[in-house]
Amino acid sequence: MTTEQMTGAQALIRALENVGVDTVFGIPGGAILPAYDPLFDSQKVRHILVRHEQGAGHAAQGYAMATGKVGVCMATSGPGATNLVTPISDAYMDSVPIVAITGQVSSAAIGTDAFQEADIVGITMPITKHNFLVTDARDIGRTIAEAFHIAATGRPGPVLVDIAKDALQATFEFSWPEPMQLPGYRPVTRPHSKQVREAARLLSQARRPVLYVGGGVIKAGAAAELKVLAELTGAPVVTTLMAKGALPDSHPLHMGMPGMHGNVGAVGALQRSDLLVALGARFDDRVTGRLDSFAPDAKVVHADIDPAEISKNRHADVPIVGDAREVIADLIVAVQAEHEAGRRGDYAAWWKQLNAWRETYPLGYDRPADGSLSPQYVIEQIGRMAGPDAYYVAGVGQHQMWAAQFIKYERPGAFLNSGGAGTMGYAVPAAMGAKVGAPDAQVWAIDGDGCFQMTNQELATCAIEGIPVKIAVINNGNLGMVRQWQTLFYNERYSNTNLHSTRIPDFVKLAEAYGCVGLRCERAEDVEETIRKAMEINDAPVVIDFVVHQDAMVWPMVAAGTSNDDIKIARDLAPDWEHGD
Amino acid sequence: MSRHTLSVLVENKPGILARVAALFSRRGFNIDSLAVGTTEHPEISRMTIVVNVEELPLEQVTKQLNKLVNVLKIVELDTSSSVQRELVLIKVRADAETRSQVLETVQLFRAKVVDVAPDAVTVEATGNRDKLEALIRMLEPFGIKELVQSGMVAIGRGARSITDRSLRALDRSA
Repeated sequence: MTTEQMTGAQALIRALENVGVDTVFGIPGGAILPAYDPLFDSQKVRHILVRHEQGAGHAAQGYAMATGKVGVCMATSGPGATNLVTPISDAYMDSVPIVAITGQVSSAAIGTDAFQEADIVGITMPITKHNFLVTDARDIGRTIAEAFHIAATGRPGPVLVDIAKDALQATFEFSWPEPMQLPGYRPVTRPHSKQVREAARLLSQARRPVLYVGGGVIKAGAAAELKVLAELTGAPVVTTLMAKGALPDSHPLHMGMPGMHGNVGAVGALQRSDLLVALGARFDDRVTGRLDSFAPDAKVVHADIDPAEISKNRHADVPIVGDAREVIADLIVAVQAEHEAGRRGDYAAWWKQLNAWRETYPLGYDRPADGSLSPQYVIEQIGRMAGPDAYYVAGVGQHQMWAAQFIKYERPGAFLNSGGAGTMGYAVPAAMGAKVGAPDAQVWAIDGDGCFQMTNQELATCAIEGIPVKIAVINNGNLGMVRQWQTLFYNERYSNTNLHSTRIPDFVKLAEAYGCVGLRCERAEDVEETIRKAMEINDAPVVIDFVVHQDAMVWPMVAAGTSNDDIKIARDLAPDWEHGD
Repeated sequence: MSRHTLSVLVENKPGILARVAALFSRRGFNIDSLAVGTTEHPEISRMTIVVNVEELPLEQVTKQLNKLVNVLKIVELDTSSSVQRELVLIKVRADAETRSQVLETVQLFRAKVVDVAPDAVTVEATGNRDKLEALIRMLEPFGIKELVQSGMVAIGRGARSITDRSLRALDRSA
């Protein structure tokens, strides 16, 4: 242990260096100002000056998703801190490990409604895994160590550390490492072996099992284990929006994505299953549809690192608390033991059914009759040309669903999006963070024109800091997903969904104003050439305005609040479930 | 719906009551009563929370509470194997004519008169909820001017303590 005389601010930067931080996204301001002085001198920490704190938060998320490390954002008190609320909430919903550091007014002024005072610890209490208010410089080092530990372990999540200005300014004897004091924090990672054996036994007995894989498998780094388990059992796999790439899309056991905009094969597999093995998934309403008609004949094995997820929405017959990687590794051994004892599930009839669905109801889309550009085609071409090694970062809405459907994901972690919170504006800053975390990879934001206008100020950050992301704006001039619901459920009354963004703003000029390259593409025959041009530019961010047809819709669709059984593959068109029996 | 009594051991740190209250409101759980105070170990506080929920939501309540970093331990205490007490102070109308009847009722319930005025008495009573409800019912005809109740506190019967092991966890981390 070393001790040294320093200020709280110096201790903060030293602690960040000591826990391995190399990048901080943030904006300085009054209360956090003391921290920015030693940060200026740090040789280990690069600070990226964003244009809005929300951008810092999403960038920290993108960085965390691309690197597997904890992302860090920093802001001042009051409005600086409250601007972090949306990304913190997003990180909470999608279990992304980030640490947000905020300045707070001096401890003597706390509670007086001082200038730029906001109770950010109170505000973020329900949307953080944990948060801290530090009013004593001597607590800074230990608190930073605890914050990073909590954010990264167990079920990952956001942690906020609010530090009073006088604590940053005080001088004290800094020592490192400081032992953590977290007696109430003991995440369980080792699964219970009896439960794992029971899960393996059910897999042997099942006739129609499905491995229902969620984002926890990506967070746990368990893709390799998942592939082994799938191939060992021969059970079909579905990967949720948050788990894209956990098993390669090209893998023959992969049935696709379930949920509101999942494909018929994946939704049907869950519905007709007699055994769901949920791995790091949380039975979200976007996956289950109406809960009381979800997978009615299935027994449920539910493995999750968060005990509170188990039996929250759907009763688990076999609950397993543990890290997905350890659970799957143990499950492999248990299934092998079953096989050696001569017990092996026979899924031949099940696969006959699954293959029939797969062949009859593949994902697809129609080209617009008027010859205008099809958004699905654009996204599909980007995926094809940028390939499986690129990162794809989507906003929220139609383009997000098409990015999930028509880009082929072959590796875990290649798809970043805002799943639980559904935060429009996620894509640009998250792509920026991902590119900082993986500078040698190609990073594509697939954004909508509505989303893009929420956070595109970070183009300035990208241009100035040398972060050459590629941003495909799928511009249909509308809030497309909302418009789709108006088409289907509100009698085509398009209340306040037309943004007119095919006219204003001019995205090419906007890109150029921000020091980026701006391209525009309006015809199918130009798509490939435009993408190629974008891929050749590596010294500046590129924005492509893809002007697409406004009436394209996302299919299949399970309407909100209805049963998965009522999935439509196009308007008023339901699949024939018995087909292929 | 049924009533459940949870003893929640927490680190004695600022803000923990707000965290618990925020959790209950965010998850839509209803608190019947909540009492909090320090224990025999100054670094541990104990909350007694009475919730009115079905079995399944109760499991969610305890799991979500357990996720709070400052929560050390949660034990459900059932009525048969624990002592459960509440305290109530009741200001009852009592003039020369009714005072003796009021005092008789107070004695019947082994309650105490802690303050007397010409036209009112203040009664202090402790007990389980059933007893206190009965007392209140008996005093109501005289006219209850003011009533204040504490949250319930509860402790398991027998020699075992639920704080011991949590304290060891606290020692280890220090």
